[in-house]
Amino acid sequence: MSEEGELTTIRCTIDGSPHEHRCHPLTSALDFLRYVAGLTATKEGCKEGECGACAITLDGVVVNSCVVPAAHLQGRRVGTVLGLSRPDELSALQKAFLECGGAQCGICTPGMLVTGARLLEEGERLTEARIREHMAGNLCRCTGYGKIVESLLRASEEER
Amino acid sequence: MRLVGTSAPRAEGEAKLTGRARYVDDLPLTDFLWGLTVRSTIPYGRILSVDFDAGADWSGVTIVTAKDVPGKNVVVLLEQDQPILAADRVMHREEPIVLLAHRDRDRLWELASRVRIEYERWEPVLDIDASLALEQRLFKDDNVFKAIRIDKGDVEAAFARAARVFERTYETGLQEQAYIENQGMVATWDAAAGRLEVVGSMQCPYYVLKGLCPIMGLAPEKVVVEQAATGGAFGGKEDYPTILAAHASLLSYKSGKTVKMIYDRVEDLVATTKRHPCRTRIRTALDASGSILAMDVDATMDGGAYCTLSPVVLSRGTIHAGGPYNFENIRVESRVVATNTPPNGAFRGFGAPQTIFAMERHMDNLARELGRAPHELREEYLLRPGQTTAFSQNVGDDVYALDIQREAVARTRFEERRRECEEFNRSSRWERRGIGLATFLHGAGFTGNGEVVLDSRLKVDVTADGFVQIYSANTEMGQGKDTTFSQIAADSMGLPMARVRIITPNTARVPNSGPTVASRTAMVVGYLVQEACGAVRKALEAHAGRTWRDPDDFASLAAAHHRERGALEGWSRYEPPPGKVWDDKVYRGAAYGAYAWACYVAAVRVRLDTLEVTVESFDAFQEVGRVLNPVIAEGQIEGGVVQGIGYALCEEVKMRDGVMANANFTNYIIPTFADVPEVKVHFAERPYPFGPFGAKGIGELPMDGPGPALASALTHALGVEVNRIPATPEHLLELLGNE
Ligand code: FES
Ligand code: FES
Repeated sequence: MSEEGELTTIRCTIDGSPHEHRCHPLTSALDFLRYVAGLTATKEGCKEGECGACAITLDGVVVNSCVVPAAHLQGRRVGTVLGLSRPDELSALQKAFLECGGAQCGICTPGMLVTGARLLEEGERLTEARIREHMAGNLCRCTGYGKIVESLLRASEEER
Repeated sequence: MRLVGTSAPRAEGEAKLTGRARYVDDLPLTDFLWGLTVRSTIPYGRILSVDFDAGADWSGVTIVTAKDVPGKNVVVLLEQDQPILAADRVMHREEPIVLLAHRDRDRLWELASRVRIEYERWEPVLDIDASLALEQRLFKDDNVFKAIRIDKGDVEAAFARAARVFERTYETGLQEQAYIENQGMVATWDAAAGRLEVVGSMQCPYYVLKGLCPIMGLAPEKVVVEQAATGGAFGGKEDYPTILAAHASLLSYKSGKTVKMIYDRVEDLVATTKRHPCRTRIRTALDASGSILAMDVDATMDGGAYCTLSPVVLSRGTIHAGGPYNFENIRVESRVVATNTPPNGAFRGFGAPQTIFAMERHMDNLARELGRAPHELREEYLLRPGQTTAFSQNVGDDVYALDIQREAVARTRFEERRRECEEFNRSSRWERRGIGLATFLHGAGFTGNGEVVLDSRLKVDVTADGFVQIYSANTEMGQGKDTTFSQIAADSMGLPMARVRIITPNTARVPNSGPTVASRTAMVVGYLVQEACGAVRKALEAHAGRTWRDPDDFASLAAAHHRERGALEGWSRYEPPPGKVWDDKVYRGAAYGAYAWACYVAAVRVRLDTLEVTVESFDAFQEVGRVLNPVIAEGQIEGGVVQGIGYALCEEVKMRDGVMANANFTNYIIPTFADVPEVKVHFAERPYPFGPFGAKGIGELPMDGPGPALASALTHALGVEVNRIPATPEHLLELLGNE
């Protein structure tokens, strides 16, 4: 891939807003968000689909954006951590992370929140086992996971 | 005191939760180049030539080699053996040789493969034995970066009268810090002003400053280093960022443009520092009744190709080798040696997890040999008030080893559960269960006279509108320093946390309060926050002739001070606790200002067909002086324990021809949500008079216990001594091989 390569135009909505940017079709969705659209809230940890730092939703389904080509965003709804809260208010999940200590260095946090929010949307009463299974694709090196589990349990109770 | 001791929410939490926090790769830059490193593909040899493929398009590419270094081509640390770019000789795989910069990152990747480097290959030294056998001379005459000896009592005489000697060897492997944010740095050289600015992911801005000056040939006032939000570090961003900062700076210096370098995961894994592998042999002299007469400990660490921080890692490892025990006679001999592998460096625990693993495994094995329960044998030798450690420090009253172990044993029902596991193992065909423990101490702050040498300073000021601002070089990297400092300042001033601001660590704005390492930030620097606040408070009260009633009143008094007397600021400077003396020559005395004391209990279940290990429970008991913020302190312990579980069970760096062969998260396995149980954290508090509001340092402590506790549980489950970690299924299979 070099800068002379042919460019394509990607149109999609990101967190509800329409976006249109030109990029190389093989650019990853992660690089598209970060370097083309300038939305750096979504993070890179491994670029090989192993850590979940780059998790976004595509039409409501959680994917690791580092292994999805930008071309796959064409015409679809992209959700990132930026869409989880209103400008002046944290979501219940974000508040729970703040209270329970779900974020330490914060680099895994955008991906944790996106993946966790999707789980909460399923609306079932969460258990520790269900959370550990659903979140197993998201790595965190700081928390040891316990406080993230607690955050999700608290948010799930709040939402009821 | 209203905030200290409460779980005040993380100061920078909202920025992180909304995606607004700016890590180095998120900084808005205009007109910059990407930088890339071309690295050695052999572990040891001479560089014969460096050529740039004439068939490739090199237009617009900035190329830097050793010849372009404006100052000295050396990374100044404890020794001056490491070049910033290899010039004629390479000492390890992935050693940086050429730097490239260009606008287009993809183009850079292509061009990197068009740099042709020819070598004369030399036979590399790839492990401790080859190094000690002097197969090649890599460092001075003996390949030894540092050797240490600690002596207490008369070990020789004790062995001479021993009825028998019990000896074992213990091994711990390399471990990768695996922070989720890879290393990254942005450098901007302003030729007109002759000024260099560097921003990046780091633990120690002043280390980076100090390293950059000689390489760039610049005076310290011409260099500014600032920390960006940092996505985890664990020691991995203590010394390596100096190298990355210098590389980005060299490219910026030559190109005249801002240069950004961000490692990807593979590069970060193969090129940056890891935990030192260690092999420890322990011999114990026993009398006829099975009492311990003497311990003889001999530890060797692999430092990699350059000295870096290895001597200080060895120092902490050596001091912790004797554990929390009172042995009448003990000798510890240790050394760290050179090999042709990438330099090993700082990682949470800094040498202590390795030697503590050895001593705790040994106490366990001894108990087994003597037919005693693991906690019973330990009880006899755990330090009591007034007794002395292996390095002859009289611990006085600040000793909690026995209490913490007794508490752990009682509250986890250790004895009962041991029997339950044994019963289970007699009846189960497919599974084995076991429970084990480790008891240990961890010293907080720099070793020996290190804190005195650091001479840390810190400033606090009050703005005209009544905000207290903390100026320190200590970095937030997830451990919660911004929050605990704010709590300490708020309580010292009698104000809410919203009235406290943390000034971004930037060497042009903050004084040098020392590096953010060694469990020193909350304890040592937190105390400086408390003291500087005390100074400000006194000055303001003196000026106003009274104290304030509330934040608004405080703001009006501060405004009056600004009007009538000018700025309002207070300074503090490190003072060693009285009566603590350390003799570096003989390695004796007060190695640390304070110790945290801990006992960790782990239970495992092992499937006999796959040898897959499930950690069924983990309980971490520790005495920590005072808990500043329960949620943050628990988070530190839980996170450290899970790193320790990885160290013990699954994190295996596979080295092949001097380089990490499994350099990605698919093959280097760190624990996930699904791999660990809830870690139960229990704090005991006995305030330490020289920590802020009584707090001791705890950052590294949780890394020490999981290795030996889990190996103890596995030994209990399987009936074979597990003396090496990581205890992967492959390793367990080897151990069980004959059965
Ligand atoms: S960066 Fe996408 S999974 Fe790690
Ligand atoms: S909070 Fe640091 S990696 Fe999860």
